[in-house]
Amino acid sequence: MSASSDHANSVFASVVQAPEDPILGVTVAYNKDPSPDKLNLGVGAYRTEEGKPLVLKVVRKAEQLLVNDPSRVKEYLPITGLADFNKLSAKLIFGADSLAIQENRVTTVQCLSGTGSLRVGAEFLARHYHQRTIYIPQPTWGNHPKVFTLAGLSVKTYRYYSPNTRGLDFQGLLEDLGSAPAGAIVLLHACAHNPTGVDPTSDQWEQIRQLMRSKGLLPFFDSAYQGFASGSLDADAASVRMFVADGGECLAAQSYAKNMGLYGERVGALSIICKTAEVASRVESQLKLVIRPMYSNPPIHGASIVATVLKDRDLYNEWTVELKAMADRIISMRKQLFDALQARGTPGDWSHILKQIGMFTFTGLNANQVAFMTKEYHIYMTSDGRISMAGLSSRTVPNLTEAIHAAVSSVA
Amino acid sequence: MLLRNGCAGRILKSGSFRSMSTSWWKHVEPAPKDPILGVTEAFLADPSPDKVNVGVGAYRDDNGKPVVLECVREAERRIAGNLNMEYLPMGGSIKMVEETLKLAYGENSDLIKEKQIAAVQALSGTGACRLFADFQKRFSPDSQIYIPVPTWANHHNIWRDAHVPQNTFHYYHPESRGLDFASMMEDIKNAPNGSFFLLHACAHNPTGVDPTEEQWREISHQFKVKGHFAFFDMAYQGFASGDPERDAKSIRIFLEDGHLIGCAQSYAKNMGLYGQRVGCLSVICEDEKQAVAVKSQLQQLARPMYSNPPVHGALVVSTILGDPELKKLWLTEVKGMADRIIGMRSALRENLEKLGSPLSWEHITKQIGMFCYSGMTPEQVDRLTNEYHIYMTRNGRISMAGVTTGNVGFLANAIHEVTKSA
Repeated sequence: MSASSDHANSVFASVVQAPEDPILGVTVAYNKDPSPDKLNLGVGAYRTEEGKPLVLKVVRKAEQLLVNDPSRVKEYLPITGLADFNKLSAKLIFGADSLAIQENRVTTVQCLSGTGSLRVGAEFLARHYHQRTIYIPQPTWGNHPKVFTLAGLSVKTYRYYSPNTRGLDFQGLLEDLGSAPAGAIVLLHACAHNPTGVDPTSDQWEQIRQLMRSKGLLPFFDSAYQGFASGSLDADAASVRMFVADGGECLAAQSYAKNMGLYGERVGALSIICKTAEVASRVESQLKLVIRPMYSNPPIHGASIVATVLKDRDLYNEWTVELKAMADRIISMRKQLFDALQARGTPGDWSHILKQIGMFTFTGLNANQVAFMTKEYHIYMTSDGRISMAGLSSRTVPNLTEAIHAAVSSVA
Repeated sequence: MLLRNGCAGRILKSGSFRSMSTSWWKHVEPAPKDPILGVTEAFLADPSPDKVNVGVGAYRDDNGKPVVLECVREAERRIAGNLNMEYLPMGGSIKMVEETLKLAYGENSDLIKEKQIAAVQALSGTGACRLFADFQKRFSPDSQIYIPVPTWANHHNIWRDAHVPQNTFHYYHPESRGLDFASMMEDIKNAPNGSFFLLHACAHNPTGVDPTEEQWREISHQFKVKGHFAFFDMAYQGFASGDPERDAKSIRIFLEDGHLIGCAQSYAKNMGLYGQRVGCLSVICEDEKQAVAVKSQLQQLARPMYSNPPVHGALVVSTILGDPELKKLWLTEVKGMADRIIGMRSALRENLEKLGSPLSWEHITKQIGMFCYSGMTPEQVDRLTNEYHIYMTRNGRISMAGVTTGNVGFLANAIHEVTKSA
């Protein structure tokens, strides 16, 4: 069969248009909206009280240091990324006094933010781990299932969120993990669960840990909000450190997108804690084989900024202050929204707004109510009723309150 | 109560049940070192003051130092402190992609005007190839990829990890150290109609051997007869001849013939942005509607891999290419790099001939781009490393970018010594 003369037929002629990404698609729709009152509570990117994106002062300082350093070159990083960055990232999440680090049992590789860390970790598991099923909480970040599926894992869910209490379905969680096959992988949100904002208590984490270790379930932590949830880097890493302290193995994906505001720079790290240093070394070599055919080596800019901040005591301290300020503003937005709904007399129990933690509130609004709020009030959020508190300000709380009130009053 | 166990200082909570003495990863084999990146690791570990690295393809100036282009420094000065670091769209920086397509397809390309090109920012050339391979697997699931022999080693890894079966086609002719054109054309003819081929647009890696313009026309014609799909990996535009337009000739020939090609572009070498991981994947479609559909699907593949691409390098590229002065400066600097390499090719060849080498070294100056396929055997390469502390990949590929007026004599002498009795 000869190709036609002038213009070949495309071999991809039958490719259909993919649906918009449910999360990123919200911003696309928001951008198209001409209304001056529009409010974007979709993607989880921090906004100031003025509704502006924020570049942290320490990041600006780090950038200047890098730009003004004539000795800096832009050569390829090693496949595993910037060594300093890796060490500092491991210390950040596992603690400076972590035995696992001291014993060289941790391999850390720089990856493209949380997504990239999860994908590389999942690819490694699909190739080298004896169990190819990962249990993810119901609900979870919309991109999780695709990341794991494309990596070659099969995805199951465990109960997590209870719509009735708008809190943790702890019994359901224990039952589902309890009936998982021995050795299955379990995705755990280290803190500030996305999208619900519902986290286990410290006691509940301990019970989860014991159950998982008794069944040999492999923990895979997604830590996208360390420092952002409570304002304390150490407190937000407590769940991870609890698991590491018992000497068992686990994986942890870290992102600096939110807590250092480096979103578009794609900075993250994957750590795998192993039984021995020797095992960790072999694991690292296999991680390289996953990375090399994906993108060869990770981007240098963002990681350099992070390393600059983490290794300098003053910059680090400044960072913790700026981080706490972001977390505090979000906590204050929660209070403002809750108080406003109470004052308005909006039907329902809205205390979950105060109890949930981190960037998001799982409002409990259904898809119809969300669509109503978008259409009538130009308020954008994901259809699961998740709102980004980071996108709220004192100025916009009244409008949101009105919209929620109208939605729950008039839309089933 | 915490009990300290004797093994490796593990702390066992008294409620802990399972014996945790074995690792889940006991069975994990140590992976072989990457053949290319492993060379630099070995080089760095060598304490010899005379060591020479002609391994990895990263440009060096005549002092053997890495180079940050002036246009890049200026772009970075402009960028620092200015913009925020918000997420790019999944498809990356639109401005960067627009400028990048112009480079590949021409400033006034109709394909760009008609919006027939599905294009996304990718993680340098590797990322662009991988996205395409994943896309190929998903939307042409029965297809295979034909890869030239030899090629950049990572090409095999990329299509393998995308689960696309691989074939090879003849390319390099060892005896002449040139192109095995006849066998290549045979392979193109014998491949089933509608096969997917990976082609190096210019400055073939690792051989430096490119088809002539006339040969490209014949290849393109045969591709039309067979209805083959051409995927171009263009990692060295500007770096081969010094002129980006000239280096894109192969692609332009295919476009003239109406092929709907795919193309991976990288700014790693030609803008010296190596570690920033900036590149672009484009797929030419029949019309705008198709291009929109294809682009949306490429984004679906990027989202579960890294969500959206890094912003910094893309900003550098769009700052440079979007400013006529900076773009002019860039073109000058690219030509400078290409010219230095061409100069080193001449110097290396002259030195070897002056030493009275019994072999022909004509191929050093005939080959083009960053690499020279010397024709040396792995054993000869090992001798170069062990006896002379000269580092290169064992396929005999020399990165000419690592050759300087300071080391070319030493290099020529060493090569002569290990090859003179060949």
